[in-house]
Amino acid sequence: MQSWYFSEQSYAPAWDEPVSPKVTAPSSLVDPETAHRLLSEYIAECKLADDLGMNIMTNEHHAAYTCMSVSSLMTLAVLATHTRKARLLALGVPIMNRMDPYRVAEEAAYVDVLSRGRLELGLIKGSTFELYMSNSNPVTANARYWEAHDLVLAALKKKDGPISYESDNFNYRYLNVVPPCYQEPTPPIWMTTLSPAMAREAAQRGYVIAITAVARAARACFPAYREEYERVHGQPAPLDRLCYLGQVVVARDEATALERARKLLRFNEASERIDARYINPPGVMPPSENARLLKSGSTTTHRNKTLPDGTPMSNPPTPREQIINHVLFAGTPDQVYNQIKTFYDSVGGFGNLLVQLGAPMGHDEICDSLSLYAKEVMPRLQALTRSYEMA
Amino acid sequence: MQTQASSGTARQIQISGIDIDLWEGGTGRSLLLLHPGDGFDETAPYVAELASRFHVIAPSCPGFGRSGDPAPHMKSVDDLSYFYLDLLDSLDLRDLIVVGFSFGGWLAAEIAVKNTARMAGLCLVDTVGAKFSDPMTRDIADLFSLPLYQHPQLIYHQEKWRQKSYQALSDEQATVLARNHQTFGLFGWAPTLHSRHLRHRLHRINIPTQIIWGAEDRVVCPDYGRQWLKAIAPAQLTVIDDAGHYPQIEQPEPFVRTVEQFVQRCPRS
Repeated sequence: MQSWYFSEQSYAPAWDEPVSPKVTAPSSLVDPETAHRLLSEYIAECKLADDLGMNIMTNEHHAAYTCMSVSSLMTLAVLATHTRKARLLALGVPIMNRMDPYRVAEEAAYVDVLSRGRLELGLIKGSTFELYMSNSNPVTANARYWEAHDLVLAALKKKDGPISYESDNFNYRYLNVVPPCYQEPTPPIWMTTLSPAMAREAAQRGYVIAITAVARAARACFPAYREEYERVHGQPAPLDRLCYLGQVVVARDEATALERARKLLRFNEASERIDARYINPPGVMPPSENARLLKSGSTTTHRNKTLPDGTPMSNPPTPREQIINHVLFAGTPDQVYNQIKTFYDSVGGFGNLLVQLGAPMGHDEICDSLSLYAKEVMPRLQALTRSYEMA
Repeated sequence: MQTQASSGTARQIQISGIDIDLWEGGTGRSLLLLHPGDGFDETAPYVAELASRFHVIAPSCPGFGRSGDPAPHMKSVDDLSYFYLDLLDSLDLRDLIVVGFSFGGWLAAEIAVKNTARMAGLCLVDTVGAKFSDPMTRDIADLFSLPLYQHPQLIYHQEKWRQKSYQALSDEQATVLARNHQTFGLFGWAPTLHSRHLRHRLHRINIPTQIIWGAEDRVVCPDYGRQWLKAIAPAQLTVIDDAGHYPQIEQPEPFVRTVEQFVQRCPRS
């Protein structure tokens, strides 16, 4: 099992302000000195993760108090020179909302060279609310995403001179990536999804898929991926093709862990506070689903609001409820290991765990949790997957 | 919403390989209605009133109503305007008074700046489609930054229309509206509900033009309508009181009267 430390690099001090924390969030509510301190702490946490033998994942969002990482690859460029061994995962670059695939390819190659071949590149669709910032047309975004995906990979693979490319979406006279990637032919490619259809697309290409904290999606997507992988590649999917993101909080005692978890779950609450205006741009969901919303007169996010037996969760959900839903893994090292193993067994195993921590947990709390995880949980998870693969 | 039985009939035709739902009703001079972003509603009272005076022809745009999907290359209202020129040629429509509502007005203007040979007059009702202001000033409210079920609150002025609910729609009706909105987004997402080039081409419109505006329009205000008036030499403007973005719905009688008076002034082409 590979473990990847992940922080949203959020600006939690603004979460209590009576404004939407996304899209229209006024930047005047961000104190520059506090933001500097937080970003510095986030980098320090990543360096600790590297020292502890973990890998590192970064993400990217825009116009959001819940994430100050405006460029996944930019953060990794910083980390490339602050870390030694950690694999550096961009999960991901939202090429549906990044309007220039050439720049994406260049930045990826730069990070890969600077890190001496430690980049892993997630080419993802990105959040639908960010279509309002990129102005990428939501109705044609899916087709554009795949075209950008193909173009980024073509650019990274082409080493003997430029590509000329002319389509409705992109026009390049000379698309030429210098320096080229360190890894051949490209860094490993990842995708995120909650959709079995997308899981199959990733399986055909042999990519790693990551399910972001939605257990029912893992239960649907992992089998779809395995089936398609074996059909296309003629052998079972290795565990390292599958990944799950959880909020993983460890402490010496359960009470402390749950208190830390309560803080971390405030990220989920803040993330949910997105204005209904920006949740569902036209064309993202099929007309039949939008018809249902039209008649109901409401729009909601995709986050799960019930326990597996259908019981509504509390508002906001408690740590114990989120543990039941496998969004959160929290407790002593033994408890966290057992919670992860229970989920691992229920989905047939996976080879990558994204370990999310972040504000408003304090920096010391995050470092303590990371250290406990790395020393007392991670080795057992590594043994777990070794025994799976040997079976 | 007040509805009534249809005063015409619909049929499917094919234009450039795309199935188009074409509604027709009435006799007399031909009015080509180009619907707004939420599609054509044959049961709206103004339609029957127009059909009692004119021969009303109302195609549903590709991607709207029961029409087929737009062709893959159709990504702008400019693209659509060529499709409609094909439609006019295919049906051999002549002496048309083209009446465009909001998005349909944008389409009507895009057609008219290219070719008015089959047109006797142009009627633009609370139209979108051109940008006159500086880059940091929106002329046109962003209808995509609002869930569809909240659109009545922005589109209408009268409270009874602003409280419109879609709860009682059948699944089929709601799916049609949702698809209409998706296609509206395809053509109008960015630049938001306008073409960069259109305001530079409006001077080419050389036929009688009637601009109609709801006095309380909050999608495009009457001052925006006055910019259209300045840009089109043969145009005149009528502002209808106690109406928002859809005066044809909120004030059908003065709306129809204005259209009728305009048509009487249009020489036969």
